[in-house]
Amino acid sequence: MNAQAVVILPIALPLATMVMLLLSLKSIPAQKLIGVVGSALLLLSTATLAWLVDRDGILVLQAGNWPAPFGITLVADRLSSIMVLLAGLMVFAVSVYSLASVDNSRVRFGFHPLIQLLLMGVCGAFLTGDLFNLYVWFEVMLIASFVLLTLGGERGQLEGAIKYVTLNLISSAVFLAAIGVIYAATGTLNMADLALKLRSFPNEGTVSVLSMLFLIAFGTKAAVFPLFFWLPASYHTPPVAVSAIFAGLLTKVGVYSLIRAFTLLFVTDLEFTHNLLLLIAGLTMVTGVLGAMAQNEVRRILSFHIVSQIGYMVMGLALFTPLALAGTVFYIIHHIVVKTNLFLIGGVVEQRFRTGRLERIGGLYRSAPVLATVFFLSAMSLAGVPPLSGFFAKLTLIRGGLEAERYAIVVAALVVSLLTLFSMTKIWSEAFWKPPPGDAVTDVSSRNRSRTGRACLYGPTILLASITVGIGVMAGPVMNASMATAEQLLDQNAYINAVLPDGPTGQVPAVSRERRSP
Amino acid sequence: MDILLAITVGGLYAAGIYMMLRRNVVKLLIGLGLLSHAANLLLFTAGGLVRGRVPVVPDGGTWPLVIVADPLPQALILTAIVISFAVLAFALVLIYRTYQTLGTEDLDELKATDT
Amino acid sequence: MDSVILKTAIRFLLPLLLLASVFLFLRGHNEPGGGFVGGLLASGAIALYAMTHGAAAARQVVRLPPRFLIGAGLLFALVSGVAPLFFGRPFLTGLWTKITTEGLGELHIGTPLLFDLGVYCVVTGVTLVFVFSLLEE
Repeated sequence: MNAQAVVILPIALPLATMVMLLLSLKSIPAQKLIGVVGSALLLLSTATLAWLVDRDGILVLQAGNWPAPFGITLVADRLSSIMVLLAGLMVFAVSVYSLASVDNSRVRFGFHPLIQLLLMGVCGAFLTGDLFNLYVWFEVMLIASFVLLTLGGERGQLEGAIKYVTLNLISSAVFLAAIGVIYAATGTLNMADLALKLRSFPNEGTVSVLSMLFLIAFGTKAAVFPLFFWLPASYHTPPVAVSAIFAGLLTKVGVYSLIRAFTLLFVTDLEFTHNLLLLIAGLTMVTGVLGAMAQNEVRRILSFHIVSQIGYMVMGLALFTPLALAGTVFYIIHHIVVKTNLFLIGGVVEQRFRTGRLERIGGLYRSAPVLATVFFLSAMSLAGVPPLSGFFAKLTLIRGGLEAERYAIVVAALVVSLLTLFSMTKIWSEAFWKPPPGDAVTDVSSRNRSRTGRACLYGPTILLASITVGIGVMAGPVMNASMATAEQLLDQNAYINAVLPDGPTGQVPAVSRERRSP
Repeated sequence: MDILLAITVGGLYAAGIYMMLRRNVVKLLIGLGLLSHAANLLLFTAGGLVRGRVPVVPDGGTWPLVIVADPLPQALILTAIVISFAVLAFALVLIYRTYQTLGTEDLDELKATDT
Repeated sequence: MDSVILKTAIRFLLPLLLLASVFLFLRGHNEPGGGFVGGLLASGAIALYAMTHGAAAARQVVRLPPRFLIGAGLLFALVSGVAPLFFGRPFLTGLWTKITTEGLGELHIGTPLLFDLGVYCVVTGVTLVFVFSLLEE
């Protein structure tokens, strides 16, 4: 098989796994086995893709053999390949974890096929080079997430789902309208072709309006200030395995789209767009962390921290220097691993006490030392304590901020980092250090869990925690990869030339242009 | 024709947003439906309007000889309609289940998961 | 729904509607129609049957569980996408062949037809999942 066929694997493999899962819905062991094996294969294929992209540069696949910009193009550059690799890693960890944490009725309803559908949407969104195709992958991902969110139909889930569904549908409608306007303005939807056409677009006002429409559409998915309210209202309701994969991947698809749009398409009016992004980044950080401080339940606190950390990622994008963008990439790598892990650990805690409320849990340092260790590592990494991964991610971003002489955002980032540490120590001292309160319910069934069941719960958390430590210890190689990614992002011509090897296609008498004459 | 469609799109957006601001979940859903229709129609109008000229290339040629309707926005809308069909069907089941479980259709009472 | 007229009529209408859905599906090759519309018509017919005779009876008519239909449809789509890779073409490239049959003349058969069959199955399956889950309360 040639190298280009590997680009399709992160989309085709989840589809194939899903097909097999749907055809064997009746057998629960088969569901679990196929789900885990399929996720492992996906991880393998995404690792291959990342390796190939690192070796050969940008890989492009024209689906259906239609040449760009007419057909749908799949593009795997460094950023895309890193994102799909992380997606593969997370789905593998969550699939293993779900073996012991998702109940059989949910498995029978189709938990595993839905996870694969979600992954297909996520990987498709990371790999596509076409705006409308991006919309379609968004919707694939959203429909899967809707069903996963409501799976089981408990009160809180349904309530959270209404908010989640509504806000995501609005953002999809805005996205669709933006696609319509951008097609009317330029006559193309291929991102590389768009980048070329927007560069020399005569009317600056139109480009500004377009950039704002995309900012709202992607910003809602990424949960930036002031569009994040759906996230803390819904992320703590579904089963833990579901919230973990949501926390790790879904908002990051929004962030990825923001990065794509504001490094490739809308780079002509940096003064306006990127300054606005910087303001949004600062406000997102601060509101997120303040929201987290007011909370008293493990998963709610973590949900607000997702919001606050989206701010850091947008900050690097807004500064728009190679160093700051490298910080963003590093931060995304670090964040996906750590955040997923914290949700998984929070799930184990909730399973033990049947609640995540801090006042009703405690004593885990004594009763579950392994859990305490992995939580401590992840939480400290989230707060940015050296030598864990979060420290280097934040350091790079702050260096980027200082270099660009944007001191206000640097101060905000440092303060938010301190507050994050505060809120992590709150969970630590309440859940782990303080003796368990007298009325704490301890779930006996989780104590008597079989050895394999425990391995399924702890294995993924230990794996992810060691990756966090690993990123910290080997910060050099990760930093180099982030730097290379950032430089590739800033070199728009490389992307354009990879997709359109024959140069711009403006000379072709496009069917759709100049048709207003009667 | 463009102006008429533009007014319709604007009207649909206004109606959709008005419905979404009501407190009833069913009205919220109707509002979402109107909003997606408005976006589809916007996409259609933005693609340009040509009446009665099918985008078919004559035998032996490589380009259509006259200015024809652009098929791409129509394909996009078709896809978007299919997607919004699935999503709205899901949302319908969702609000029905919510009504059954929570016994209310007032959005203001759905705040247990808020903070 | 308790309408004797509809209940009796749907017994005769169901096969006709299903036949019409196959017709629409095949017509989609060159003219308006196709897997999506065909699937919608088929699921509409079954939904009517389910509304009059109950969801359990409708499940008997379909025989296959709806989620199995979704899986089968996705399998068809996947095969039609992956098949070109084995002929050295990119993903989703259409492959066509002609077969001559007695009576029907020359037929064009290709992977897009298989893809459309997949769409037909997925649309029917998804709609039936919604319909059944609303009816089986």
